[in-house]
Order: sequence, then C-alpha cells, then structure tokens
Amino acid sequence: MRPVYIAGDNIITSLGLTTPEVIRKVESGIIGFQKYEDHSLTPIPVPLSLVDTNLLTAKFREILNVRHPEMREEHFTRLEKMFIVSIHDAVKKIETDLYGSNSLLVISSTKGNIDLLEEGKKDFPDPSRIYLWKMADAINSFFGFVNRPVVISNACISGVLALSSAARMVDAGLYNHIVVAGGDLLSEFVISGFLSFQALSPEPCKPFDINRNGLSLGEGCGTIVISSEIKKSTLITISGSAITNDANHISGPSRTGEELAIAIGNALKEAGLKPDEVSFVSAHGTATLYNDEMESKALGIAGLQDIPVNSFKGYWGHTLGAAGLIESIATIRSMESNLLFRSAGFNEPGVPVSLNVIRENVHTPVQNCLKIASGFGGCNAAIVFRKM
Amino acid sequence: MNETYFITQSNIIRKHAVMRNEKVELNNEIFVNFAAFIKALYKKEAISYPKFYKMDNLSKLGFLGAEMLLKDTAFLDRYRKEEIGIVIMNSSSSLDTDMAYNETIKDKSNYFPSPSVFVYTLPNILIGEICIRHKIKGENAFLISEKFDPVKVIESVKLLLDNDHAQACLCGWVEVLGNKFESVLFLVEKEKTIKEFNPAHEYSPFTIESLTQFYQNK
Repeated sequence: MRPVYIAGDNIITSLGLTTPEVIRKVESGIIGFQKYEDHSLTPIPVPLSLVDTNLLTAKFREILNVRHPEMREEHFTRLEKMFIVSIHDAVKKIETDLYGSNSLLVISSTKGNIDLLEEGKKDFPDPSRIYLWKMADAINSFFGFVNRPVVISNACISGVLALSSAARMVDAGLYNHIVVAGGDLLSEFVISGFLSFQALSPEPCKPFDINRNGLSLGEGCGTIVISSEIKKSTLITISGSAITNDANHISGPSRTGEELAIAIGNALKEAGLKPDEVSFVSAHGTATLYNDEMESKALGIAGLQDIPVNSFKGYWGHTLGAAGLIESIATIRSMESNLLFRSAGFNEPGVPVSLNVIRENVHTPVQNCLKIASGFGGCNAAIVFRKM
Repeated sequence: MNETYFITQSNIIRKHAVMRNEKVELNNEIFVNFAAFIKALYKKEAISYPKFYKMDNLSKLGFLGAEMLLKDTAFLDRYRKEEIGIVIMNSSSSLDTDMAYNETIKDKSNYFPSPSVFVYTLPNILIGEICIRHKIKGENAFLISEKFDPVKVIESVKLLLDNDHAQACLCGWVEVLGNKFESVLFLVEKEKTIKEFNPAHEYSPFTIESLTQFYQNK
C-alpha cells in the first residue's frame, strides 16, 4: 500500500479561522455556542455555533486581493467564502504544485448553497450555484485545479467518506495529492428541519452524558491535504477506512450498533491494528439519545470500550458535511501534540455500554486513532490514522 | 486497477421507455407527469411495499430502478450483505425535495416543516431505502456531478472491488428534478455470473465504452 500522508489542514468554526486558533481554544476549554434569537435563522432560541461573518469576510477579501483582484466578492456565497478561506490556509505552507494533473479537489457538503433558496438571496448573480457541482466548480477554478472536482454528499458521514475515498484514490495511484474540503452553513432550512425532528438541545449539547437532550448545530469548514509525497515533521498516515449501512431505518440509527462495529473492524483490519493498539477514538457523539447509545454499543462490540473517547461536538456542534473533516483534524492535532482533549458537555455517564469518555485534557502518547461517523440513511464510516 | 469486471444486469427508466438488459419493457408514449408515471410503473411491477408511498421522487425512482435490476436474479444470494456496495451519482442532489421542503418554511403564517419531508433533503436517503429493502449493508457513496460521468462511476466502483471493500456493486445514475428524470443502474460483478435466468444475455465489460453505450441507448 502506498503511504497516504497528512500534508496540511485548516479548521474554520465559531472558535476561529485556523486550526491552531481553534485548538488553542479547545485546549482552554472554550466552547463556541451562543443562544440565537434571530428569527431569520430559527423560530425558537437555540444554541448555535456560527462562524463570525466579519472575520470571514475580511479574510476572504485579503485572499481575493492576492489571488484574484479581478473578481468581485459579491460573486461568492458565504459558504464558498468559507471553503476558499479554508483551502487557502490549508495549502499555503505547501510548496509542491497542488493543482496539476496529479492533483484533485474533493468537496464534501450535505446542503451546499441551500440558502440561495431564501427570498433574501434572490439577487445572487449566479442562482445555478445551488447545484453542488456548480459550487464545487467555482471553488475549483478559483484555485486553478486542472481536474474537475469530485463532490460527495452522503449526509453526516460525508466528511469521513470524502477523506476515505480520497485516501483510496491516492493509495491506488490515481492522484499524488488530494485537497479534501468539507463545509456546511447553518440556514433556516437546516435549523427548521432539525427542530421539526425535535432533535435540538435547548442547551449546548452533552455527548454521552446521562442528561443529554439532543444535538447542537454548528457551521464550519475543514480542509485536509493528503499526499503520497509531501510530509510534515510528524508523520501521520491514513491507514484504513470502511463504510457500512444499517439497512434498518432512514432517520434512526441501528439498534445494535453492529453495522458501525463492522465498519470499525474493517478499517482496523486494513490498518493492521488490534483494538488495544488504538490510543483514542473521536466519536460521532451527536448527543441525541439514540446516536450515542448506538455508538457505545458499536464501540463495545469492536472491543474499544476502554479506549479514551471524546466527541468534539461539545465545542462547536454538529457541523454536518464538515464534521468528519474538522473532527479528523482535531484528532490529528492530538496525535501531533500527544494531548487528548476532554469531551465538552460530559459529566455523568449515560450510555448502555460504559465508555472511557475523556474528562480532563491529558498528555499521553497518542499513536493510532480512529474517527467514526454515522448519519441519516443508515450510513456509518470509520477511518484510521497512524503516527509513523 | 487492471482487473476487468462485468456488467451483469442493467436497467434504464426514462420518460418514454423503460429498458431491462437493453430490451424495452415499457413504451410510454403519453407522459403526463412524474407522479402518474412512477405510480404506473410501480403498479406494473406488481410490488407490494407500502413504504414506497412515503418516499420522495428521487427515492421512488431509484427504488424502482433497483427493483427491476435485481428482479429474477440471484445477485443478492451470491454475496454476504456486507459485501455489496452501492455507488449512485446525480446532478441536482435532493433539490427536487429541497424546494418542496422550502415551501413549508417560506411563509411564516403557513409554517409547517415536516420531519418526513426534511429527511429526504439528503440524496443518500435513496441508498438507505435500497439498503433497507434488500438488507444490503456494504459500502455506500453518493456522488454529485454535472452529467452522468462514467469515468468517475468506474473509478469509485473499482476502488471498492479492487481492494475487496466490496465483492459486487449496484451503481449508476438517478436524477429527478420536477418532470425531468432519469435512472440508469447497473449490477457489477467480478465474475460472469450464471446465466440461469437469461441464457441469451451477453455480459458487457465494466468499461467507459460500455457505460457510455448503455447510457446513450435512448
């Protein structure tokens, strides 16, 4: 198998526009939710984790001036600006040509520019950017990738699936470098939908806690550059991945967790790891009653119930198509700094299979990590990172 | 990526013709609208699956495509359910249902967002529906592309089959936007399977040329 190295990354959430900024805040225990009463976003006040529009716009203008002074800011949607700021930051330290025929952009998003359906956005100059492929083309040509982008939209596993697919493409020798970027916005569309499911917690979410009461939504973008050649000082590779489907229910997780456990087992097998060789699990941990229950069962079946686990959603919420990437990057940071982060919002255990949920930040060797995700449509994903 | 795989079944559903393994099954001269069309096709196939009526248009179309594709084959018996992958591509994602859902939240005096509509504002729910119906538990991916892209479909499926992430795949293109729709689906297997149900049936190699030819067969 060809090594697939992590060569660069960026996180954008309410906590900041770069990975170091966001991780510094996580390290100090800062969480990114505010209760919003903006009726154009949500009919009832709920905690949301929103990206600061002023900071984002300022950063985007800076990049536009450098890369495309001939283009106009109004020609990009808020989500496209997020993608562009994220990708720009993730690639900026890499000197190798990332845009040629050996390179590819993979975009992950559940809803893309869905806010273009809103009345207030009717004057956006290119309404066809509601199509995910059209949005991806705009981002692709902004950076000048010669290959057309691959777009993945697979509910809440989109980010992990995009990273898994990209790693397999590099492994197979189809490309040398792939920029994988995932992003989603919070809009009235998405918030009203989760509210209609009665899935939103009135307080910031509490993954795996006995008092958890639903998920909290966040917006953001995450970019990971993977490569068969470019290496960072700490060598981290993607060594295995697998996807499964519950074949049970379109909006509820499996009752047994068996199918997520199969994905975990297959990913570990491909990476050549036994369960006790895993240092840390970054769980999906949405803090809905059923998701966390199912995940605990799956981790139990996979023999990982004693491995330190957290959910990063306690810091910036469920970022949908960005979640898999953002949470993978936070995991990679744990590996680089040998520091595991506490699971924000967790106090008292509340899942059927007792897990080793991280209560305090802890300095410890972090060697091999597992990121998992599950989503509507019954899909499950698992990906393994190894430190060489 | 040198292995050659085989298209062992194909199914095309278009406005004026429904084809199975390149043979026309239904010539539909009069087309009224998608709803009437898909209901008629469901009746013709004599399927009894009450959940069908709850599905959105994208899921209804892809579900029926998969039904016709798998009908009279032993495909599902040949593999463990975890060994079957599904890769589906389209252009407008779930936009058809997104617009329907948006109507329910647009007007504050007539605000009725429904979870049963919202759940279909994700294209991969179609994959979920096919998985539930046939108990398929393997790899899934939903890709978005301007047009049917045989290169990307083959790339995605080969990445699954070459590395044993899957032993067989259901793959193709399922697109719905208003009354414009199209479903072109294939079963792809590593071996030429037994011709028990259709002895005269030729097996096409799983190549760009074959996919293009199937797709263009209008």
